[in-house]
Amino acid sequence: MVTTLRAGRPAPVAHRPGRTLIGLVAAVAMAVVLSLSIGAQTLSPAEIWHALTDPDPAAQATAIVRELRLPRTVLGVLAGLALGAAGALMQGHTRNPLADPGLLGISAGASFCVVIGIQLGVGGLSGYIWFAFAGALLASLAVFAVATGGRGGPTPVTLALAGLAMSALLSSFTQALLLSDDASLNVFRFWVVGSLSGRDARVAAQVAPFILAGLVLALVNAPALNALGLGDDVARALGQRILSARVIGVTAIVLLAGAATAACGPIIFLGLIVPHVARSMTGPDHRWLIPCSALTGAVLLLAADTVGRVVLRPAELQTGIVLAAVGAPFFIALVRRRAGTVKL
Amino acid sequence: MTLLTPTTPVRPAGRRVLSAGRFGGTLSPRGVAVGLAGIAATIAVTVVSIGHGSFTIAPGDVVGTLLGGGTAAQQLVILDLRLPRILVALMVGAALAVSGALTQTFARNPLASPDVLGVTNGASLGAVALIVLGGSAATGVPLAALAGGLVTAAAVYLLAWRRGVDGYRLVLIGIGVGEVVSGGVSWFLIRAEIVDAARATVWLNGSVAGADWVQVRPLALALTVLLPLAVATAFTLQALQFGDDVARSLGVRLQLAQLAVVLTAVALAAAAVAAAGPIEFVAFVVPQIALRLCGGSRPPLVVSAILGALLVSAADLVARTVLPSRELPVGLVTAIVGAPYLLWLLIRTNRRTT
Repeated sequence: MVTTLRAGRPAPVAHRPGRTLIGLVAAVAMAVVLSLSIGAQTLSPAEIWHALTDPDPAAQATAIVRELRLPRTVLGVLAGLALGAAGALMQGHTRNPLADPGLLGISAGASFCVVIGIQLGVGGLSGYIWFAFAGALLASLAVFAVATGGRGGPTPVTLALAGLAMSALLSSFTQALLLSDDASLNVFRFWVVGSLSGRDARVAAQVAPFILAGLVLALVNAPALNALGLGDDVARALGQRILSARVIGVTAIVLLAGAATAACGPIIFLGLIVPHVARSMTGPDHRWLIPCSALTGAVLLLAADTVGRVVLRPAELQTGIVLAAVGAPFFIALVRRRAGTVKL
Repeated sequence: MTLLTPTTPVRPAGRRVLSAGRFGGTLSPRGVAVGLAGIAATIAVTVVSIGHGSFTIAPGDVVGTLLGGGTAAQQLVILDLRLPRILVALMVGAALAVSGALTQTFARNPLASPDVLGVTNGASLGAVALIVLGGSAATGVPLAALAGGLVTAAAVYLLAWRRGVDGYRLVLIGIGVGEVVSGGVSWFLIRAEIVDAARATVWLNGSVAGADWVQVRPLALALTVLLPLAVATAFTLQALQFGDDVARSLGVRLQLAQLAVVLTAVALAAAAVAAAGPIEFVAFVVPQIALRLCGGSRPPLVVSAILGALLVSAADLVARTVLPSRELPVGLVTAIVGAPYLLWLLIRTNRRTT
């Protein structure tokens, strides 16, 4: 951890990652409760508990909780965990604080295939999911293939540059398709902002296995990332198998960010800021950083979604926009407050 | 203290040091060769582009007309219609590329484009807000873009200020601010009538179509001032690569130098975006391509300017001619042309280094 200490500045606080983790789990629980109770109609914790454990089919609260808010909350937790962990992995593998989970071309690839899906007349979110997933997978495979030139496997710099170039290329194709087709643009502009609303329980069920598998791989990848952070040569000298570590990392990122993007549209900014927030609490050790990033992601996404439900009642403000409006100032304050930002 | 002794690792072998008083830089034979090839290609693209269109003009006549000859019809088509457009394309390309090279060096990060300083997003918000709220005001859009870009960049700089500006902090705060602003753009696009949303999307893709002498003059003035300024910061940039503390020990007045670099980068990007909309990819890809062609440790400024002009003018030629019925926005074509080239360079250098 590199901190610049100058006279008159407080020394950086000692990190207590264990406490942070427990605190974050509590915060996620809190966000879940708020997400279940707040909305167009506010429900008391007792009503929610009743609806979940002993549903009365005639009560309105039952329908609201079980049909609308529970699927949405579950999806928010899943997508938040996924994007947070994917962001930490991406910044670790590219050793670049500006990297986000979309940098592998995932969101650009997903968007491109979703537009193709729209133009083919595929209707509804559960239809777009598989298009988005296919696009994320193909794009990230292409980026990884370009970045993997030599024996050492993809270096942080080639991964980042190849990802950005591929993303730009695919975004251009997407825009070109949309330019000639106002009807598709009309559908796509709502998907591309990113949102948890209007997703039924099936969507969460469809992406859950991918996200859980990705989270396991991310945790497995954490010790290797600590070694890779010292530079590829040092990591090799420590006995780290670089190529397999990168493959596991990229696979995890594709599963996590691909599934989250497929389910909610591109909410990429979350994965960019969350690792910075988590790093300020845990320090640079990826074994703590990855789980804490995942939990922070879940808290932020649920909070943004809940806020978006109430600011424009009865209309909703898209989660992606709330994240920008709420998450970004928080992030700016965090960056300003820290005397020495943890450098990668 | 500017001249570094030849034993320092700052200056790779085969580079000549140029210095004039406080300002210095290096020249490498490879860089000169790439630059000259780039100039030749740019001239060729310019002549072809001016001659190409619904009224075809032979290359010889194009050159003749530019030198003051030509028939009245040729003079009208070239001087009034096609020349301003190609000039805007050349200048926008050069401005964006140099802005990107400055930002990437300043932030010590190849992913840092002028977007991280808030310029592009701010300009987009200004322009889209005007399109969605004001309806038809086409003349106001460049001004709204310019204002939005400069105000946002100033906000980023002020927010990053804490007993001076740290490059890393500036970039992260720039991303945060940029995200707020682009959230605003999304919000306008969702609230808009579909007609306005489509118009805004066209502007957001960037285009030099319909450029005339009105856009050429301010852009030319901006470049005349800013490009020499950028080159003058070359020594500072070289020192900044090693981190803030090393730069200070090399005798760079850090805060002043950083402000000069950031101001130049912001002004260049703002001028370009105001003239042609956000042609975003140029600022990222051109410095990286120039760096890989010339070698060295940071994107070369002059070669970046030349290749930026080449990329945008070539992309504009493709955008005008590839579809018979309609034009593509030049911003799309720059990515479709530039991205594969960078990917190819990446693959090639990977193979070479193993």
